[in-house]
Amino acid sequence: MTSLPSSKPLGNCKPGFSGTISGFFSDHDNVESTAVEQLREMGFAEGLQVSILHQNPFGKDPIAVRVGAMTIALRRREAKLVQVTPA
Amino acid sequence: MSEKAADSNPATPIVAVVGNPNCGKSALFNALTGLRQKVANYPGATVERRSGQIVGAGNLTMIDLPGAYSLNARSADEDVTRQVVTGTHDVEAKPDVILSVVDATNLAQHLRFVLELRELGVPMVVALNMTDLAARERISIDVPALSAQIGVPVIETVAVRKKGLSELTQALSNATLAPAPSDVDFGQTVRQRQKAARKIASTATISEGIGHRTTRRIDQILLNPVIGPVTLFGLLFLMFQAVFSWAETPMDLIEDGIGFLQIFFANTLSDGLFLSFLNDGILAGVGAVVVFLPQILILFLFILVLESTGYMARAAFIMDRLMASVGLNGRAFIPLLSSFACAVPGIMAARSIANERDRLTTILIAPLMTCSARLPVYTVIIAAFIPNQTVGGSVGLQGLVMFALYLAGILSALIMAAVLKRTVAKGEADTFLLELPKYQSPNIRFVLIGLYERARIFLRRAGTIILVSTIVLWVLAIYPAAPVGATEPAISYSFVGMIGSALEVVFAPIGFNWEISVALVPGMAAREVAIAALGTVYSLSGSEAMIEAGLVTVLNNAWSLPTALSFLAWFIFAPQCLSTIAVTRRETGGWKWPAFMVAYLFVLAYGASFITFRVATWLLG
Repeated sequence: MTSLPSSKPLGNCKPGFSGTISGFFSDHDNVESTAVEQLREMGFAEGLQVSILHQNPFGKDPIAVRVGAMTIALRRREAKLVQVTPA
Repeated sequence: MSEKAADSNPATPIVAVVGNPNCGKSALFNALTGLRQKVANYPGATVERRSGQIVGAGNLTMIDLPGAYSLNARSADEDVTRQVVTGTHDVEAKPDVILSVVDATNLAQHLRFVLELRELGVPMVVALNMTDLAARERISIDVPALSAQIGVPVIETVAVRKKGLSELTQALSNATLAPAPSDVDFGQTVRQRQKAARKIASTATISEGIGHRTTRRIDQILLNPVIGPVTLFGLLFLMFQAVFSWAETPMDLIEDGIGFLQIFFANTLSDGLFLSFLNDGILAGVGAVVVFLPQILILFLFILVLESTGYMARAAFIMDRLMASVGLNGRAFIPLLSSFACAVPGIMAARSIANERDRLTTILIAPLMTCSARLPVYTVIIAAFIPNQTVGGSVGLQGLVMFALYLAGILSALIMAAVLKRTVAKGEADTFLLELPKYQSPNIRFVLIGLYERARIFLRRAGTIILVSTIVLWVLAIYPAAPVGATEPAISYSFVGMIGSALEVVFAPIGFNWEISVALVPGMAAREVAIAALGTVYSLSGSEAMIEAGLVTVLNNAWSLPTALSFLAWFIFAPQCLSTIAVTRRETGGWKWPAFMVAYLFVLAYGASFITFRVATWLLG
């Protein structure tokens, strides 16, 4: 997976972050991990706008993110598999 | 045609309703089948087999399957969907038609699943649902173009307004004779199908939407770091206060009605066995339980409305951190909240938890959530022993005690979860991945069908299990008759008296008299029967005047305060409920876990009651 210099894991971003999904972090280059497949099934995809809307007040985890037309809640550990480029 | 006949008739084509969670699938199913539906177990979230008939064009049998994002089943309920549509389910036949429900406001995402489903080689119809919301969000979709690209009929529907239903029924009926979708390869991996779906969606979409702004605005308040948790706890508190205050009037009415009947029978019938059977057996026993119907309906009203509006997922989001601290997952909040109504649907709703160990832990602690069957027990004891006064101005003391009892259940559930996750259900924490659906005004139909189902199940229980155990108890309490010259009430010499005295040996250390001990036995059938049993036992051992005064007054005279508190503590854990044991056996696939559950709950109940009784006796002594 090529990673642009400005891209970073979604899981490390703060509420208010806004950007575009540029890819996913997988252990292997050709086969996507089950966790990434599950993120895709939920609606994460390359090229979609993503922003962090909320985070849990107790410990800043999980976060609620807007992806395309949906809002999805997930823990930062999984959000770190999503590679984003700030807008 | 009756439901049963149609259901068992193999000639009726079967339509499986499939879709992502939150696509309005259940609303569409309700709109199509109305009250002609059969819920095999419990209402609420789609966790059990829901089937119904469409009368008219073609006579179709509809099956509502659990929501799923794909056929790569990640949890037990998604697996049911996969098994049924692929024809590998044990009981369910392979469907003749798949009705794939798609949210028009989120076309690209939902289309991916449609592309996966059309590979199954089953005739298919797509319902493009929530087109009214799409119009409001200024999304415009070219339906004929969409239909042409995916090669299956697409019907626009608005489930909640019953729009497009006759067209949909007609299309489903036609589809039973139609061939499977043509062989077009849209890709084999999630990634390839995702790409294809986005391409189709973008060509079929005439104008892009602006999103659901209202939802984002409401979330800014309800997921606010401060207002969010405060609102959630406020809602839960309101729910428990409402269960008490709103139900008061209807409960008084039912109680007065039962009292009126008892007096009526006592005045019109001659004294004897039949009168005793009616008044002490049926009316005192079943009546003591039926009176709680209003409270149970109010509790379910809250849960169904929270589910229907989309707030439940937000509650899971707020609770995730707390749940994670004991090794669970925010998703477990939904089954656990349902368990406040009844542990049985709660345990079944745990199917949505992907991780097996998390699911097991959730199932094992579900009975610690105070279910509505324990409400009758709490209500009677609180009414008898806790003064009806207010503290701090407006908060009722009785409601506060009730809240404390619920809280005790929740806290022990959290502690037990932490213990279980470190011992028998050890393992890494599950992921938490949950769509926060758009807010919707509560679907009145969904709520009413849910309440109707609930009332039906409750009254059926009152008319069967509770009636039978009450009658059995009454018979055992009447025979054998007291010897000549007996000094004690006749019941002391009956079988019930004997069983009670035997059990009292076990329960005396925690302050239970023989009447309570004997009431715990029929309480195995259903927890609220314990109250029905107390009603019968005390009704038979008391005088006319006591019967008219009601169970609350009787208990107030018969029990000491430490005994009452010990009884409350017992019911926080209350290990006995046959339905819970049965559903746990089914969901965990064996006797090991239900046996473990009963054992640990019994130990906790006995221990808590022992401590409560001893401490209360010491403090008051």
